[in-house]
Amino acid sequence: MATLPVESQKTAQIRFTLNGEELDVFFSPYKTLLEVLREDLGHTGTKHGCELGECGACAVLLDGKPVLSCLVLALECGGRQVLTVEGLSGDGKLHPLQDAFADLGAAQCGYCTPGILVTAKALLDANPHPDRDQIREALSGNLCRCTGYLQIFEAVEAAMVKIAEKGKDA
Amino acid sequence: MADQKEPSDSRAEDSRSNRDNLRVIGVPRRRVDGRAKVTGQTRFADDLFLPRMAHCKLLRSPHPHARLLKIDASRALARPGVYLVLTGKDLPIQYGILPVSQDEQALCLDHVRHVGDPVAAVVAREELTAFEALDLIDVDYEILTTIADSEEALATPAPRIHEYGEEGNIHKQVALEFGNVEQGFAEADEIFEDTFFYQGNTHLPIEQHASVAIKDPDGKLTIWSSTQTPHYLHRALAKVLEMPAAHIRVIATPNGGGFGGKSDPFNHEIVVAKAALMLDRPVKICLTREEVFYCHRGRHPVLMKFKTGVKKDGTITGVHLQTLIDGGAYGSYGVASTYYAGALQTTTYHIPRYRYQGCRTFTNKPPCGPKRGHGTPQPRFGQEVQLDKIAEKLQRDPADLRLHIVEMPNTVTANFLRLGTVNLAECIRRLVKVSDWKNKFRKLPEGHGVGLACSAYLTGAGLPIYWNKMPHSGVQLKFDRGGGVSIFCGATEIGQGSDDVLAGIVAEVLGIDPFDIRLFTGDTDLGPVDLGSYSSRVTLMAGNAALQAAERGKTLLAEAVALKLDVPKERLCFADKRVFDSSAPDKGVGFAEAVCLAEARFGTIGTVGSYTPPKSPALYKGGGVGPSPTYSYSAAVVEVEVNPITGWVHVPKVWIAHDIGRALNPTLVRGQVEGSVYMGLGEALMEEQEFRRLPKSLSHALVHKFPSMLEYKSPTSLDMPEVVTELIEDPDPRGPFGAKEVGQGPLLPIMPAVANAVYDAVGVRIDEVPITPEKIMTALAEKKAGRKPRFGPDHFPRVNWPEALRVPPPWEGGDGSAVNDVHREKPRAAKERVLAP
Repeated sequence: MATLPVESQKTAQIRFTLNGEELDVFFSPYKTLLEVLREDLGHTGTKHGCELGECGACAVLLDGKPVLSCLVLALECGGRQVLTVEGLSGDGKLHPLQDAFADLGAAQCGYCTPGILVTAKALLDANPHPDRDQIREALSGNLCRCTGYLQIFEAVEAAMVKIAEKGKDA
Repeated sequence: MADQKEPSDSRAEDSRSNRDNLRVIGVPRRRVDGRAKVTGQTRFADDLFLPRMAHCKLLRSPHPHARLLKIDASRALARPGVYLVLTGKDLPIQYGILPVSQDEQALCLDHVRHVGDPVAAVVAREELTAFEALDLIDVDYEILTTIADSEEALATPAPRIHEYGEEGNIHKQVALEFGNVEQGFAEADEIFEDTFFYQGNTHLPIEQHASVAIKDPDGKLTIWSSTQTPHYLHRALAKVLEMPAAHIRVIATPNGGGFGGKSDPFNHEIVVAKAALMLDRPVKICLTREEVFYCHRGRHPVLMKFKTGVKKDGTITGVHLQTLIDGGAYGSYGVASTYYAGALQTTTYHIPRYRYQGCRTFTNKPPCGPKRGHGTPQPRFGQEVQLDKIAEKLQRDPADLRLHIVEMPNTVTANFLRLGTVNLAECIRRLVKVSDWKNKFRKLPEGHGVGLACSAYLTGAGLPIYWNKMPHSGVQLKFDRGGGVSIFCGATEIGQGSDDVLAGIVAEVLGIDPFDIRLFTGDTDLGPVDLGSYSSRVTLMAGNAALQAAERGKTLLAEAVALKLDVPKERLCFADKRVFDSSAPDKGVGFAEAVCLAEARFGTIGTVGSYTPPKSPALYKGGGVGPSPTYSYSAAVVEVEVNPITGWVHVPKVWIAHDIGRALNPTLVRGQVEGSVYMGLGEALMEEQEFRRLPKSLSHALVHKFPSMLEYKSPTSLDMPEVVTELIEDPDPRGPFGAKEVGQGPLLPIMPAVANAVYDAVGVRIDEVPITPEKIMTALAEKKAGRKPRFGPDHFPRVNWPEALRVPPPWEGGDGSAVNDVHREKPRAAKERVLAP
């Protein structure tokens, strides 16, 4: 029997929670979380711009904290919670960040957007009222080549207000 | 644009009507593809996963210049999981974006010209298998002399990088003279001579180029690709694969940023198409970030010399510009770039006599091409910095000096460019006011400064790449009985909002909601040709095509509704998804009913529109580069803080005014302006496509200094200053609803404004881009030592210029032709060939 190349062997397996749903996935053990999300689980919402941890496009939340999924081995994610852009909206409604990004021009080509959205969510989860400098700092690892960032800052601030209002109503 | 904070939603409500009674146009609103982008559902090329899909990787040359003697792929083919290895002999036909520069091969046959030039392709079941199999391909090279820059190219005619071009390693020379420049200099009170250098830089789109090709069930070819120019890729594929164009379908997936970097037909696109046809299964390639740096086609490094004569009041009497352009290893758009570097100087200020000499050389580096501003940011930098020096010498405020010499609207310039609306003076006046210029210029404390610069840019190239008389853009509309409208157009969405422009215009004309519209764009099978997302052409050209198609649809609907309501059709109004009597608004029908009435009367409702730019008055050879239906104008004031200890430049604030004609969607327009400011600051302060020699003990090869995003410095969220955007809206009759371009023009004034601000802050001239702390410290040391407080090139090498084509300007009775040109009845046959073989 001819040997199957190692890259074709889906010998690794983890169970983890992706966007609130527990699931099992089999994959080649060398694969990063980014590759398993996109290639083995069909979650292509998470993008990549370098696969070297330089651009921030592949950011996802791992147990609520932003990580670069191109630098995380999928094998490290067993039993953990992963949130991608696909998990941001719920009940058929966009997350306030998504609404604000769409309304205020914060997404031009849209390629860096998924990574920026989850990073901004992590910021607002940890600090519901960040000032402009804190937003700049939180997003400084996510490169955007289209917008010049200003409409992104404004969208995060608009979402912050909306989320706070919703909190008050509840 | 401080009044633009409030979120908009999809509805074009009555309250949002603006001064011209428009309900969609001019209203800040969510773009039609906004939801897809914020949910991660925009399908980029690498997001496509097809059953049985194989993966492709390219083996690239490690040498900057070499003969390719032998390739042996037998070890790679033997590796389990490898399906196919392609080499140069599988794809020998040459191609290139311009008809005059068909100098690329999908895989090099016998000659590699830069580090990264592909020599073989491996297709395998897994991407990693393909990647690892690259190491199993044995290649024998014979190393050739490396040519590292333009001056080396001039001094080294052999070995030739290409067997075509002017001579030796000179690719293209241009010499044009509009009026007697020497006489202009004789009439001047002062003559200024300055040399500048503009370093190359790259687009750095966050999306790496990707393509997926399949052989359709009927044997035809479909390719999805991150391309800005599906029409030109279509042509290149037909040529190289020797297939009828009718059997090839190119789908431009939305681009994750382009900026000009995805405008050429690329080797990887042709390779996966060939592989898919051979294997009869889908084949994908996604370039690594390093490979994106090797694709390049970015900003040309340009050495330039400006000689300008002026009267005491600043009136320009003549300009002589020379450029030495480092083209890299292939032609790409380079012939056009060489002309562009001399074309737009006359569009901002009145220049009565003008001589341009440009020389593009081949070098052993990744090919340069079109980046945002294509060929014009480099001379614009030189011109605007020199004007700052002129103003200082003449003791005039640089804003006042410019106001004195701005060109008039609807003029034909010395080089026969016909201008449309020109609101540059208003841009300058607005800036002076909002930036408090008069209280800042030469008045801020040491280390703080402000600088001003202006620019202009085309709203679409007036001529197609392949000369022909057909429209540059076409739109088809399909009207559905349910009230939906579908737009079919070849226009390509690269993030700039081309889909939203089309939907906004059609929605405005038909009185419907942009979100009731479906778009089928960037697909050579589904929609009529649009030449591509380059030269800031989509809003004006595809927009005018959409406007015409929508007006034609409106006419059909109006006729049917007029009959039904017994109202003169001229009185009908299309708004709020209704068609109604404007003098009795309650009398009307819903839009869907209007479509049904029209369909009952006329049969299936579909309309078309197209756009062809007006003929240019420039008839001389080379006059095809520069004409545009109209030009946008920008002016910027940049404030800087320069640290005299470290040379570090901090930019706290930028004011920019842009003459846009009309902002179709102000939210997107502001995004284009701010994005241009951002990219301009990157070019001004940090971005450079730099190369270095490996040590002699290694190969001494010329390699990219830092082909990674970490080391190629670009501005982050921490670097972006506050930006005040002023839009000057004076509708230009040539644009749809009066719109002009905004995607490229606002970038152009930023680099010279930064240089001028650095001078205002610390009194040193940095005549070179990027303006790095190192250069500032060097210039400050010169200043301290009592020498010339300047950093920049001090010579321009001798170039064997050809005799200039002499074109008398309009005010000397010129008719647009050169007096010493070879007379041609019509364009050369090679340029006239269109898509049919």
